[in-house]
Amino acid sequence: MSTSRSLATGLTKLPAAVCRRAQPIRNQSRASLLSSRCSTRTPSTILSRAIRLSPLCQRGFSTSAHQRHGHIHTPKPGEELYITFIDKDGEEYKFAVSEGDNLLDIAQANDVEMEGACGGSCACSTCHVIVTEDDFFDKMPEPDDDENDMLDLAFGLTEMSRLGCQVKMTKELDGLKVRLPSMTRNLQASDFE
Amino acid sequence: MPLRIARPPGLARQLLGSAHNGRAFSSSPRRQSSRSPDVPFRLAVVGSGPAGFYTSYRVMGKIPSARVDMYESLPVPFGLVRHGVAPDHPEVKNCQEKFDEIASSPNFTFIGNVSIGQPGHSTQHCTIELQSLLRNYDAVLFSYGASEDRKLGIPGESTLNCIYSARHVVGWYNGLPDCAGLDLDLTQGEEAVIIGQGNVALDVARMLLEDIDVLKKTDITEHALAKLAESRVKRVHVVGRRGPMQAAFTIKEIRELMKLSRVEFHSFDRSLVPEDLKSLPRATRRLMEVLVKGSPTPHESASKSWSLDSCLSPKQFLANQESLSNVASTEFNITELSSPFDPKSPVKSTGETVILPSDIVFRSVGYKSVPLPGFDDAGIQFDDRRGIICNDGLGRVRSLASSNKAEDVNKQNVPGVYCAGWVKRGPTGVIASTMQDAFITGDAIAEDWLSGAPFSNTSSEQPMRGWEEVRKEADSSNGRAVAWDDWRRIDQAERERGQKAGKEREKFTSTADMLAVLG
Ligand SMILES: Cc1cc2nc3c(=O)[nH]c(=O)nc-3n(C[C@H](O)[C@H](O)[C@H](O)COP(=O)(O)OP(=O)(O)OC[C@H]3O[C@@H](n4cnc5c(N)ncnc54)[C@H](O)[C@@H]3O)c2cc1C
Ligand SMILES: NC(=O)c1ccc[n+]([C@@H]2O[C@H](COP(=O)([O-])OP(=O)(O)OC[C@H]3O[C@@H](n4cnc5c(N)ncnc54)[C@H](OP(=O)(O)O)[C@@H]3O)[C@@H](O)[C@H]2O)c1
Ligand code: FES
Repeated sequence: MSTSRSLATGLTKLPAAVCRRAQPIRNQSRASLLSSRCSTRTPSTILSRAIRLSPLCQRGFSTSAHQRHGHIHTPKPGEELYITFIDKDGEEYKFAVSEGDNLLDIAQANDVEMEGACGGSCACSTCHVIVTEDDFFDKMPEPDDDENDMLDLAFGLTEMSRLGCQVKMTKELDGLKVRLPSMTRNLQASDFE
Repeated sequence: MPLRIARPPGLARQLLGSAHNGRAFSSSPRRQSSRSPDVPFRLAVVGSGPAGFYTSYRVMGKIPSARVDMYESLPVPFGLVRHGVAPDHPEVKNCQEKFDEIASSPNFTFIGNVSIGQPGHSTQHCTIELQSLLRNYDAVLFSYGASEDRKLGIPGESTLNCIYSARHVVGWYNGLPDCAGLDLDLTQGEEAVIIGQGNVALDVARMLLEDIDVLKKTDITEHALAKLAESRVKRVHVVGRRGPMQAAFTIKEIRELMKLSRVEFHSFDRSLVPEDLKSLPRATRRLMEVLVKGSPTPHESASKSWSLDSCLSPKQFLANQESLSNVASTEFNITELSSPFDPKSPVKSTGETVILPSDIVFRSVGYKSVPLPGFDDAGIQFDDRRGIICNDGLGRVRSLASSNKAEDVNKQNVPGVYCAGWVKRGPTGVIASTMQDAFITGDAIAEDWLSGAPFSNTSSEQPMRGWEEVRKEADSSNGRAVAWDDWRRIDQAERERGQKAGKEREKFTSTADMLAVLG
């Protein structure tokens, strides 16, 4: 068995919290959803939720993603910046992060479902996010041509769209909220031709 | 036959409810028909491109007990990410890291150098019958992409020399073993014509126009580099039968061509694009702005040039007067757009024609998928016109018997058989769209499994044995199967070869050389 393979499997056994660098604020992290699921959810939601958050998906793969995209920093006490991701089901995940980290790295380090297929090289558009408030959108440096070119291909492009890998957290963006576009394409008539 | 095609709903229900079937169904009194997530699930994946990997990832994430065996006809993985994506786009290939993570799961087995149904690339190659997969897995996913290309069907196309398929050329510069022998002749003259205005056409154009010193540092194959270094091509026509507003290429690729040093872009017919670009939707507007702006390289300092030639539909290829076997020019029907600014506008011929000099021609009008041997026997429906496996849009494969009986879902689909990627939707879409499509199929597989829908061998009491059993049924006189760790050794050997040549990797271009690394 190769090194990286045993590494990946080895890490799978660690509790998710050990691998998490930015601490989730409340019960909204994926891992804690699993443990706190009994309180509010109906049985059927629990089922689908639990399946979606299966250990393999949650740790086995994304843990090693931490290594690859492990560029995020633990915020110094008192210097935390807050960011909230809203997933396609409307679920909110809020994290304390440090300045300079980009949204793709933050999402991946915290098991938020964001693919980042090109590893943050601005070449795939799978890290598309939609900023929820004008104010924050305006405070971000303008996207460059490369980012706009990839955004043009993004599904569900809006006027408030950005690529997560190109947006870095700054003090001005403290409190930022971004929505993840639904990854499921609306089926078109042509699919059934 | 183990595969039940179009099983009547009554029987399906009977099977679903069968209490003795401990293997497949949970005994929960509340949800009689659902399967528990820990019931063993064996999935065979045919093809190791993005569709195969992303679907596996999704299924493994949703069904914790899933074990995936991925069959790939080449000894090396990644499909068009390795053999399609241009060498000067290394960042696009970063998704391979994710695929490596997926393959590193203990529940995943890569089986390279083994193709399903189709005869192999070499004598050291192994072929498995489709029926063998269907017997030994709960489900089979077809994600084998598009291995042929569309043709024009015009005079001269298959008789004259120096007319090449873009797919072959792409495979050749990317080290696809099947295309290694292509004898591309770039020395016949200066004028090249590329037919088609998709991104593949632009990739080929860029290879012809780009500075050889830039290409040298990429993982382009040695043989391609040598031929490109002696290329005489100076003028490239990228020809579309419709206009710029209808073209299939995307902005990033056009911008890249505009930025090539010492390469001039000839202006195009401005009347095919609205005067006021501001009124256009964002993506179209930005693309048209790049086209209208053109390249900064002035004519005097250009060593090569290119153009987008619109509204020309190929009619025939004409031979060279001196050497009758070589192409010299291409005759096009001049077409007219019924609504020039409508991206969906059709064209009709005006009756006039034009001839473009063409010392070399590249046909880039799209890839094409073909059915696998054994589809008919398995009751799998293939749409020859669209070149896709018939499916419900979510990846469930339609059965031959389904015809028009839309009211009966159980009769429509072949239980346990799914498809994803280019073979499901046709040969278009970037990795991001293939990924999204793969997730849709992955969701359908997980939903069907967990809800207790019938699968390939639902009545079997034994867990499916997958590759362990399939390998016994395979013709062992043939070559070896390549495991993921074997691929890593090939990968390593390619990187070492590359290091010597000052590039990221030097690919092996024959399966024999790939397998030789493994001893
Ligand atoms: C020239 C070119 C350049 C491209 N560049 C880009 C780009 O820059 N960016 C981008 O986002 N997208 C790009 N794309 C698109 C991208 O490559 C596709 O979206 C994607 O690869 C399709 O994935 P797939 O898994 O359906 O098929 P493929 O990637 O084709 O994978 C199919 C796999 O199945 C294997 N196979 C075939 N038959 C069998 C069999 N019988 N048994 C076992 N295995 C079999 C094949 O060997 C292959 O490995 C490009 C496409 C092309 C053609
Ligand atoms: N860098 C990248 O991101 C990249 C690179 C390469 C490929 N890809 C993707 O891979 C997919 C495949 O690309 P592709 O270029 O092979 O296919 P494509 O995008 O479908 O383009 C095919 C082109 O061929 C033309 N065509 C088809 N039949 C024709 C005929 N009989 N005569 C003349 N022209 C004809 C089409 O014109 P009509 O529109 O008139 O039919 C179109 O311009 C695309 O989705 C592409 O985006 C991406
Ligand atoms: S991760 Fe690919 S564009 Fe951001």
